[in-house]
Amino acid sequence: MTSEPAADQAQRGAPGTPHRTREEQVLDRIDRARRRKAVVKEERITLAHGSGGKATQTLIQAVFLEEFGNPLLAPLEDGATLPLGDARAAFTTDSFVVSPLFFPGGDIGDLAVNGTVNDLAMCGARPAFLAAGFILEEGFPVADVRRIAASMAAAAAAAGVSIVTGDTKVVQRGKADGCYITTTGVGVVERPVELSASGARPGDAVIVSGPMGDHGAAIMVARGDFDLESPIVSDTAPLHGVVSALLDALPGHVRTLRDATRGGVATILNEVATASRAAVVIEEKALPVRPEVTGVCELLGIDPLYVACEGRFVAVVDGAHAGRALEALRRHPLGAGASIIGTIRDDPPGLVLLRTAFGGTRIVDLLVGDPLPRIC
Amino acid sequence: MRFVDEYRDGGRARSLAAGIAARCEPGRRYTFMEVCGGHTHTIYKHGLEDHLPPEVTLVHGPGCPVCVIPMGRVDDAIHIASQPDVIMTSFGDMMRVPGGQGSFLDAKAAGADIRMVYSPLDALKIAKANPGRRVVFMAIGFETTAPSTAMTVLRAAAEGVRNFSVFCNHVLVIPAIKAILDSPDQRLDGFIGPGHVSAVIGCEPYAFIARDYGKPLVVAGFEPLDVLQSVHMLLGQLAEGRAEVANQYARVVPWGGNRTAMTAIGTVMRMRPHFEWRGLGFISHSALGLADAYAEFDAERIFDLPGVRVADPKACQCGEVLKGVLKPWECKVFGTACTPETPIGTCMVSSEGACAAYYNFGRFSRERVKEATRS
Repeated sequence: MTSEPAADQAQRGAPGTPHRTREEQVLDRIDRARRRKAVVKEERITLAHGSGGKATQTLIQAVFLEEFGNPLLAPLEDGATLPLGDARAAFTTDSFVVSPLFFPGGDIGDLAVNGTVNDLAMCGARPAFLAAGFILEEGFPVADVRRIAASMAAAAAAAGVSIVTGDTKVVQRGKADGCYITTTGVGVVERPVELSASGARPGDAVIVSGPMGDHGAAIMVARGDFDLESPIVSDTAPLHGVVSALLDALPGHVRTLRDATRGGVATILNEVATASRAAVVIEEKALPVRPEVTGVCELLGIDPLYVACEGRFVAVVDGAHAGRALEALRRHPLGAGASIIGTIRDDPPGLVLLRTAFGGTRIVDLLVGDPLPRIC
Repeated sequence: MRFVDEYRDGGRARSLAAGIAARCEPGRRYTFMEVCGGHTHTIYKHGLEDHLPPEVTLVHGPGCPVCVIPMGRVDDAIHIASQPDVIMTSFGDMMRVPGGQGSFLDAKAAGADIRMVYSPLDALKIAKANPGRRVVFMAIGFETTAPSTAMTVLRAAAEGVRNFSVFCNHVLVIPAIKAILDSPDQRLDGFIGPGHVSAVIGCEPYAFIARDYGKPLVVAGFEPLDVLQSVHMLLGQLAEGRAEVANQYARVVPWGGNRTAMTAIGTVMRMRPHFEWRGLGFISHSALGLADAYAEFDAERIFDLPGVRVADPKACQCGEVLKGVLKPWECKVFGTACTPETPIGTCMVSSEGACAAYYNFGRFSRERVKEATRS
């Protein structure tokens, strides 16, 4: 950044400058309001606090970060990277409350393993060990517990991790919805990577590793609330293999990796724009979405950009190496549908902009709440 | 996706945009109101304004169902929902609408059983599955959703479902348009007419707008090319000095409307003498209640409602925004005190509300972005 943007900043900061329209002044005022310290205004937790969108971020920043604040937590990445002597370990945890417990393409068991494996993969780590905590409801069939455990074992074997410790609690009937699972994972960061949502720079390319929204759409249909039938299956899968392929192909040129779970790709892009103080500009035409997912979303009035994936990630890479990144991803079965969806720009900082297929431009903001809770 | 992509084609948009620019008289300004919140959503979601010349301004009208619900009605609904044996059901859009004492979402967090449904028939299904509970459907919307509420009441009556009732807040589009036309500060050149409402009521009821007020109205579909074509049609009428009702959305809207739907509304519902609209105040003959013959399904008669009128917050300028007098960003609290997370006014709640649409999709300087996104 040279002196030019600084001069621009000064101009934008001075209200009444004749060059700026009243609308722009209002926009600046809003931008300042959005950067104020987060405050939870609600008296009670609502479902919106679990959506992964604005309400979740406010809760995390105003309560958890406020109380726990430390340099390892502060960047709010998918996991923490811990210095252990000469080595580095990645450490993360995730809870699963998906309803229904069994759905096309998976169940809460493989979801719980893959979810934590993927959070480790996004830190650039090789997943190694998992812990699993179970909260079971009185009356829940033992056959289902066995089925979930078998599915976890298979997912762990496929991901090359062992479940080495755990915990089981049972609560009274009605106090939990059958089965909740928490998994915690440790991985080894073997490459000299520095991955962070704050690492995006102007000129970088934004890549998504495959079709968006499969998991969320599969769950919506599986719930049976909408009398819809569709062949959509969840994309739940362990991503460390395809991530390895990308990191090997582009040593030193991958800035950010995030798996696009709750809140979808749009939420990740907003995290990148905010943390990097940059603009993310994406092309609607380049967004990979299966036609059947588009169909379900269109019917329900939901934007696939916000629908959860469980086997896709967003990568921000050096723009000069974007082609090579795409090739490396597409060679891997879990990256076969990868697509470059946009670029990082310097202005306007903190915003995600979408160039629509129709030829217009709009913002892609964080959602306040989630129209479809308990997707994972 | 087939049957959708055709109406979102950038190439056709550009040629239509050229046609629109060509129809604008130099130096003349054109202000059109899209009455329906569905259009507002389309305009922002697809960035449609990028295709309009500076001479054409779109203002966003009152046709967002949740935006016009006054706070007192939300409080009444929460009062019903807070009865121990009640399951309240409503469309998802209602969940965040603030009343005087919080929203459905807050009431739910405090223990009320409030469930989101996609159709009133789902509410009826819940009633049948929970015979020991009283299930109430919070009915909102214009003539678009009123028929499905009416049909559901008819079915509940036919099947003898006694634990189901409707808290009816259905409103009518024609009185709202008339209120805007009669408002002294309006400066509109024409209307983009609601598509789905017109599929029910037809195009005849708009005749007075052209006849008595000399303004054209084009009933429009909800895809971005539909809206762009409607602007083109409005400019065509103005260029020729005409003011007529035209139908751009003939693939869905029959000129005469849907008689079956209107009959269902006429059977189950009655005209209220007056009804309060958020921001617009009381408008005569502008809303529907349940007819006496269906009193047993009328939550307003079953439950003892507080019925307290709650004044809109002083800082809130939803009324001016709904009338198209103010652009969303011109409201004093827009984007600072009033945001989608903590909405003060209803226009900030629904994705069809003008303020929420602008905040979520259009909150950027077009000039700066043009610079930034230049390839």
